[in-house]
Amino acid sequence: MSVDKNSRYRSSHEWARKDGARYLVGISDHAQEALGDIVFVELPEVGKQLRQGEAFGVIESVKAASDVYMPMSGKVVAVNDAVSGDPALVNREPYAGGWLVAIEASAPAEWDGLLDPAAYEAEAGKE
Amino acid sequence: MPFIPNTGADREAMLAAVGARSVEELFSDIPADKRFPKLGLPEGLSELEALREIEAMASKNEVASKSAWFLGAGAYNHFIPAAVPALASRGEFLSAYTPYQPEVSQGTLQAIFEYQSMAAELFGVDTVNASHYDGATALAEAVIMALNHGGSGRPRIMLPAALHPEYKDVARTYLAAFPVEIEEYAGEPAAAGADARTACVVAAYPDFEGRVRDLSAAAEAAHAAGALFIVSADPIMLGLLKSPGSMGADIVTAEGQSLGNAMNYGGPFLGMMGATQKFVRKMPGRIVGQAADHDGRRGFVLTLSAREQHIRREKAVSNICSNQGLAMLQATVYLEALGKGGLKAVAELCWNKAHYAAGLVAKIPGFAVADGEFFKEFVVKTPVPAASIVEKLERRGVMPGLALSRYYPDRTHELLVCVTEMNTREQIELLARSLEEASV
Amino acid sequence: MNLKPEPLAFELSSPGRVGVALPKSDVPAAPMPKALLRDELKLPELDELTVVRHFTRLSQKNYSIDTEFYPLGSCTMKYNPKANEAAAALPGWKGSHPLASDRCNQGSIELIWKLQESLKSIGGFEAVSLQPAAGAHGELAGVFMIRAYHLSRGDARRVKMLIPDSAHGTNPASCTMAGLTTVTIPSDADGGVDMAALKAACDDTVAGIMITNPSTLGLFERNIEAIARIVHEAGGLVYGDGANMNALTGVLRPADVGIDVMHFNLHKTFSTPHGGGGPGVGMVGAGKALAAFLPGPIAARKGEAYAMEVPARTIGRMKAFYGNFGVLVRAYTYIRMLGAEGLRRVAESAVLNANYLKARLEKAYPVKYPRRCMHEFVAMGNFADGVHTLDIAKRMIDYGFHPPTIYFPLIVPEALMIEPTETESKETLDGFVEVMLKIAEEARTSPELLREAPHATPVGRLDEVAAARCPVLCYRG
Repeated sequence: MSVDKNSRYRSSHEWARKDGARYLVGISDHAQEALGDIVFVELPEVGKQLRQGEAFGVIESVKAASDVYMPMSGKVVAVNDAVSGDPALVNREPYAGGWLVAIEASAPAEWDGLLDPAAYEAEAGKE
Repeated sequence: MPFIPNTGADREAMLAAVGARSVEELFSDIPADKRFPKLGLPEGLSELEALREIEAMASKNEVASKSAWFLGAGAYNHFIPAAVPALASRGEFLSAYTPYQPEVSQGTLQAIFEYQSMAAELFGVDTVNASHYDGATALAEAVIMALNHGGSGRPRIMLPAALHPEYKDVARTYLAAFPVEIEEYAGEPAAAGADARTACVVAAYPDFEGRVRDLSAAAEAAHAAGALFIVSADPIMLGLLKSPGSMGADIVTAEGQSLGNAMNYGGPFLGMMGATQKFVRKMPGRIVGQAADHDGRRGFVLTLSAREQHIRREKAVSNICSNQGLAMLQATVYLEALGKGGLKAVAELCWNKAHYAAGLVAKIPGFAVADGEFFKEFVVKTPVPAASIVEKLERRGVMPGLALSRYYPDRTHELLVCVTEMNTREQIELLARSLEEASV
Repeated sequence: MNLKPEPLAFELSSPGRVGVALPKSDVPAAPMPKALLRDELKLPELDELTVVRHFTRLSQKNYSIDTEFYPLGSCTMKYNPKANEAAAALPGWKGSHPLASDRCNQGSIELIWKLQESLKSIGGFEAVSLQPAAGAHGELAGVFMIRAYHLSRGDARRVKMLIPDSAHGTNPASCTMAGLTTVTIPSDADGGVDMAALKAACDDTVAGIMITNPSTLGLFERNIEAIARIVHEAGGLVYGDGANMNALTGVLRPADVGIDVMHFNLHKTFSTPHGGGGPGVGMVGAGKALAAFLPGPIAARKGEAYAMEVPARTIGRMKAFYGNFGVLVRAYTYIRMLGAEGLRRVAESAVLNANYLKARLEKAYPVKYPRRCMHEFVAMGNFADGVHTLDIAKRMIDYGFHPPTIYFPLIVPEALMIEPTETESKETLDGFVEVMLKIAEEARTSPELLREAPHATPVGRLDEVAAARCPVLCYRG
């Protein structure tokens, strides 16, 4: 299981990473592996306001469907259309090409409360 | 003991292997004072005796084949070709389970795929599920789909006043736990009055009184208000008239009993449900998709399961976990046995015979037939209470239809008459004569 | 088994082919509204012989109870007696209409009433409704009834339903449809409901508990009476999921141990055919507290005559008309042939057969909860490196057995749920044991035989991922 050094994490296996003025959000390598081959990704509409911990989408594999939760509060400014046509992208590049949404954070200080890569790796490794 | 092959010797040997001294010991976890109750049921009968008793009960019913039958209202007397029961009753179809292991269920799976394909063509939609319990529950769950789609800001559901009353009841039961506003509209669906708080407008095609309308304007009006347009249809009629999908329906439901399933005192029937591509992942019920194995051989498999209860549990689109397998299979055989030409021929016979009947009835003094285009059923205004006409005539081998007072107590002088390809000209003329005699 | 690929009906179609002929119209043609006529109807055009061959060949690609041992746990794949079919095919049933007067339908209503009475006796219920069309449908009705009960007593705070973690997915899904939230109660080390967790969860916001007994682990819930008492004392009601009733007919009446409302699956316990997925019937039975809330109409007897009546405080209709009547005829026929003694023998043999299989298989296939099972047991299939339950299941197909239920319940890893039922002979069970032991051996010595299974079926393992990513759900020419 790989961990991206520039991201921070929620216990529920989502990551956030600063990308210029916005934050990118996705699911971790551990999560994509647990889900298996991803067949469909349901993403919110651009413009939607969400709070930290709120469900923003669903990731489906053949045997499971997982809600994904916002690691930080904010407004959705972009969704990754590439994953609609190629859901396997999330399996292949969970931290890069398989990002899910980009947000304008409304409470950037929430970043400090997220798990750093080492802490996330330790926690997820125990599962 | 019938259907239990194990003999005393078998039981002894098995108990020995299990390490128990008696069968009773296997139930030692059951609270002692509640164990082995006296059931108060009669002793078992042989097959011969059981069938004799059941046959005696069955012969107490009045059946469509023994009368001139003009009663429809949601359960229809249609022709069922012999090929349908002959094929659908094969043990390999009858005694198979839900096709969870696709390699050994290709018979069931391919039949479902063919059903989905033909139903999608009839409905004019992209996807149809493997069926729901009946037309009423399919419609109720279609409404729930619309509510989920529209969100909490759209609690209004517009139902046509001329929708089958039992369908309205079922929708109310299903929606009882949600903060929805169910409203009924009369007349033209395009004038239903959808607004920014409306989740869906439902139209029936034909409606409960047999009336048929072009629904394109209604679909536009619903969409202009941001609401979904749901149509509850008659599948036989769809062999002749435009599909709801072609007129703009987002979700189409129907009662499939008319397709190769007997009336059977109201069940098992067949809930048909389909939708446009946009709603594929939001539709409840099983869906079969095409797939390939590693040798490239084509097969069929249950798919999009992530919506369903066994995976999503409390977040599932619905709790449904079965389909009306055999009823759906009968419909599939029916559609293939009749084919394109045959289904259209059935629909044309229904059209022509119902119009012939309406023409005769309209000429009877004191009787009038409601205005408008209709398919298979029409409402007759009667000079004496319709219920009394029905009561008189059913004893004389003519079942003239449904007295609307059954559902609408103030509509005492209206009779819903149904005419299908099963009714001969002689029977229709007998109906007209009988109505006249019964109205005196 | 028919291994040849069978084309789709659309692919067998040929323009102009005519199937079943219909009579010519004996009435004049009436004008039709041209604007409403369909342009085209792309249904297949087949002659009748082609249709017959097509469906016959398709049927030959199925495993079924009529052809193979089918030990699907929790589904009760017992023999579907042909007498049921003969009874259901009687013209007196097929031609009866639900909206003709009760006078015209005395036979149907009498049968429904007699079946209601029989099921009342079997369950110990005050009243039953046969209207729901499936187990999940009956379950939904039961949850609606519990909700309605609390609302009728002015208690709108009871919105939580307690559900064990071993429960079938329909349980929480039904709660959501009834506007209730789910509180999951863990299982203890013995596979029963964790009593401490249950007590902690019981407060005045609890509507009730949904309990399956025997549980989805095939184990009898030994604390059932205590569970019912705890929930009742907290003001809640007890829903019984009767999917596993085949272990209890004539052995225990669920109402006697505190169940307030319960569904039975007539297509499991009472031998009506599974039909590749339905139709079934989810009878709902209720005790005194909930009887008036049943969905309806239900059958009633008035002197010598029978009538359909609506329960006094009904939750309403669960579907149009009265239920899957054709299925009710089959269930009634079965019950009539078995009688009280037969029904008890059913449970006894079902439980004995399951314990026999467990005794002979548990060394090779570890059973998570080793205590005595009821009519089914749950083993685990991950005892050999690189081999999963899925592989074992697919290998069973090569030996002519339908796989058991796999990966359910969720609380047992690599679960294999085996339910033989009482209609299988000892010879069949012994043959099954031999094969299972052979497969366990193969798992260790030649695992590729399992991983590449099945080998002799019309298709091998299908790419379900591709099917879900780019769904093809209809024939598109």
